[in-house]
Amino acid sequence: MNRVLPRLLLAPAVITLFVWMIVPLAMTIYFSVVSYNLMQPGAHEFVGMANIEFFVTDPDFWPAVLNTLILLGSVIAITVVFGIALALLINDPFPGRSMVRVLLISPFFVMPTVNALLWKNMMMNPIYGVLAQVWQFFGQQPVDWLTYHPLFSVIVMVAWQWLPFACLIFITSLQSLDREQMEAARMDGAMAIQRFMYLVLPHLARAIAVVVMIEMIFLMSVFAEIFTTTGGGPGNDSTNIAFLIFKQALMNFDVGVASAGALFAVVLANIAAFFLIRMIGKNLD
Amino acid sequence: MSFLQLQKLEKSFGQHRAIKSLDLSIEQGEFIVFVGPSGCGKTTLLRLIAGLENADGGGIQLDGKDITKLPSAKRDLAMVFQSYALYPHMSVFDNMSFALKLAGVDKAVIRDKVERAAKILNLESYLERTPRALSGGQRQRVAIGRAIVRAPKVFLFDEPLSNLDAALRGQTRVEIHKLQRELGVTTIYVTHDQVEAMTLADRVVVLRDGVIEQVGTPLELYDHPANQFVAQFIGTPPMNMIPLQALASVAQFANKTMSAEGFLGVRPEGIRILPKGIEGVSATVELIEALGADTLIYINALGVSLVARQNERASLVPGDAVALEFDPRFLHVFGPNGKVI
Amino acid sequence: MNEKSLLMIRTIAAWSTALLVFFPLGWLALTAFKTELQAISVPPLVFFPPTMENFSVVQDRSDYLLFAKNSLITSAVSTLLGLAIAAPAAYSMTFFKTRRTRDILMWMLSTKMMPAVGALLPIYVLAQTAGLLDSLTVLIIVFTLSNLPIMVWMLYSCFKDIPKEILEAAQMDGANVWTEFRNVVLPLSIGGFASTALLCLVLSWNEAFWSLNLSSAKAGTLAALIASYSSPEGLFWAKLSAASLMAIAPVVVFGWFSQKQLVQGLTFGAVK
Repeated sequence: MNRVLPRLLLAPAVITLFVWMIVPLAMTIYFSVVSYNLMQPGAHEFVGMANIEFFVTDPDFWPAVLNTLILLGSVIAITVVFGIALALLINDPFPGRSMVRVLLISPFFVMPTVNALLWKNMMMNPIYGVLAQVWQFFGQQPVDWLTYHPLFSVIVMVAWQWLPFACLIFITSLQSLDREQMEAARMDGAMAIQRFMYLVLPHLARAIAVVVMIEMIFLMSVFAEIFTTTGGGPGNDSTNIAFLIFKQALMNFDVGVASAGALFAVVLANIAAFFLIRMIGKNLD
Repeated sequence: MSFLQLQKLEKSFGQHRAIKSLDLSIEQGEFIVFVGPSGCGKTTLLRLIAGLENADGGGIQLDGKDITKLPSAKRDLAMVFQSYALYPHMSVFDNMSFALKLAGVDKAVIRDKVERAAKILNLESYLERTPRALSGGQRQRVAIGRAIVRAPKVFLFDEPLSNLDAALRGQTRVEIHKLQRELGVTTIYVTHDQVEAMTLADRVVVLRDGVIEQVGTPLELYDHPANQFVAQFIGTPPMNMIPLQALASVAQFANKTMSAEGFLGVRPEGIRILPKGIEGVSATVELIEALGADTLIYINALGVSLVARQNERASLVPGDAVALEFDPRFLHVFGPNGKVI
Repeated sequence: MNEKSLLMIRTIAAWSTALLVFFPLGWLALTAFKTELQAISVPPLVFFPPTMENFSVVQDRSDYLLFAKNSLITSAVSTLLGLAIAAPAAYSMTFFKTRRTRDILMWMLSTKMMPAVGALLPIYVLAQTAGLLDSLTVLIIVFTLSNLPIMVWMLYSCFKDIPKEILEAAQMDGANVWTEFRNVVLPLSIGGFASTALLCLVLSWNEAFWSLNLSSAKAGTLAALIASYSSPEGLFWAKLSAASLMAIAPVVVFGWFSQKQLVQGLTFGAVK
């Protein structure tokens, strides 16, 4: 009884997650080496590396990789830098602090599609959008963000949404900062900047690592914003790997090539995941 | 067959053998104290009896029944945990009646039993409160009340006084002692404090490294320690332990022959301080601690540090040269293996 | 500079930044109460007589109600289903710990780190084959599985926080596995269940990736509905804002109450 019960309790979770992991993975690998078009079900021919080759030589492929990396890098950079800045700003009490926190974290809970349309229509529209109005106020010609700077626009949207997340993580981390250590440093004559560089930043290193890794994993799949605003374009200016896979699979109906791309994304994410899991594991005991 | 019998009990945690083939007999109504330094296995032993750990070998018999394989719930034992382990979401009444409720006892009977236990422990006005609203001392009484209500075969106490402040500790110690006398339930009490052991126990079990060093009444352990470890563990300040090699002149006071690598143990109250003279061992005074009723004098004889205790105030000063005499009533001779001769 | 002026500077800086960050949302909320003409006015209107007509027009659209219902059902059912699977697993890993427990937990967490895009095709093909495309069932399954690792983790943390001695006390009092769970573990972990449920409701409600790809007219969720409003004309902004506001309001408010759980849940406790 003592052996059976625990296993029984664990079973549903383990089995379902196992299936959830293995089945898509196995299928993806299978699809990436056969020729499978959704419009012609039943015609699976083994084509070996042809799909991967096709995906990789697709003129959209390397730009998509580049866009993905730019998206990832920019959002991470923005959220980390401003996240730390904000966290430091609101770490110490001041009037209305809880309200400020509430305002700051709100963007994270907004649906990605609402986020996208919010920016596309309210903010970035070159005629009626708020940004356009502000530009005009300063006597400048309003910018058509989504047309001329599509990737940048997407970066802005995604960064706006994830900034609260990074900020929350850093606030949590800052709260475990040793006050006495800071006071000792002040007595030792350290200026604010030095205290930041030598005490605060190292303490935040772990939180920064976590934010970077988690964002890497989740931002790899940025999709809704692109789908809803730029459609990957103009051309492939704002197409990332996720959108490219979508395009191949559900617009060109070429499951084989799309699967090859999916494998690529999975490998990238797994690298980040490996390090994140190690870090979590250390914390577990 | 005694009331609680432990036979060749074994318990290991991984590579570490915590309890080593341990035998112990406990009679009904006895107040037994397990005492020893940290890591000696006293808490492990208590938990083995409670059923919170499973023995790797050996057996436990309670009142004629073999309980070695029984789960805690069925052993009819009650435990008072070091941190009290009260159910935070239940009132004091519910905390104390939980076990009876689980056993399906009639509500009226439960109420009666809980109220009686509450009366003994002065908890009557707190029955509806939750643990959060209680002080440390009150929580501890609820923990004890929880055990009393069940009228178990044995009470198990796991260092119950260690979370209390010093003033409360002394007071509660006396209360626990009186309670056990009144109820007459067999009790096993774990502590690292040898003062608690000396004052509460009918018999003391001294443990070290998973092995019983000695079992006996407190005064037996004090007057006739079986080995050096017990000799130095029981008694404050600890017994002076003099290696013969360091101070050969002490051998004159022993009425037995001592081996060259042996030790002479002498209780602080067994060292008499005399003015420097012909007889006795010469020594220098290092420090005086005047406690009021007692005075402790720290002396150094040829590099060996000793402590003496006397009832009279001392007019000595650090640096004074004195002579030491050892009272044979408080002397213990130990061989090189640590055992008494 | 002295402390008081430093405090004032910080307060002003913090409030300005917060208002700036919140501005797009605030503007959205404001626009929901405008008429269409007011919504596209140049320069932008800040003060205006508010109107509720957008809300009623949006609600009259039959597919709005349908999609709102779908969002509700998929979020609620997937959360409950997830809890039913995750709770026993977390319980087992906390109270019947073995040598393998840590590895199993880590493995479960790692399944969350697979990017959704990696599973898109197989799931799509499977759903298509099983005739489950554009059905609530497939969305519920996917949401449940996506959130399962987070639920297991959060419930595990919650169970672990219960002091071991209280459970031992219950055992000494005669409790078996079931009575221990019912009388001690459950009451003490209600808070944890609530936070976990809250977090997963939020995550499922906002879920856009799967909704957009696996559903359309019948099983679409609000996330997908909003995407369909993506038209280039500016004539529907007020209504779009109203629809969006209704779609996000419950979750944003939920989110205000679940900040701490968010950090714990999404970082798997890697940050303390």
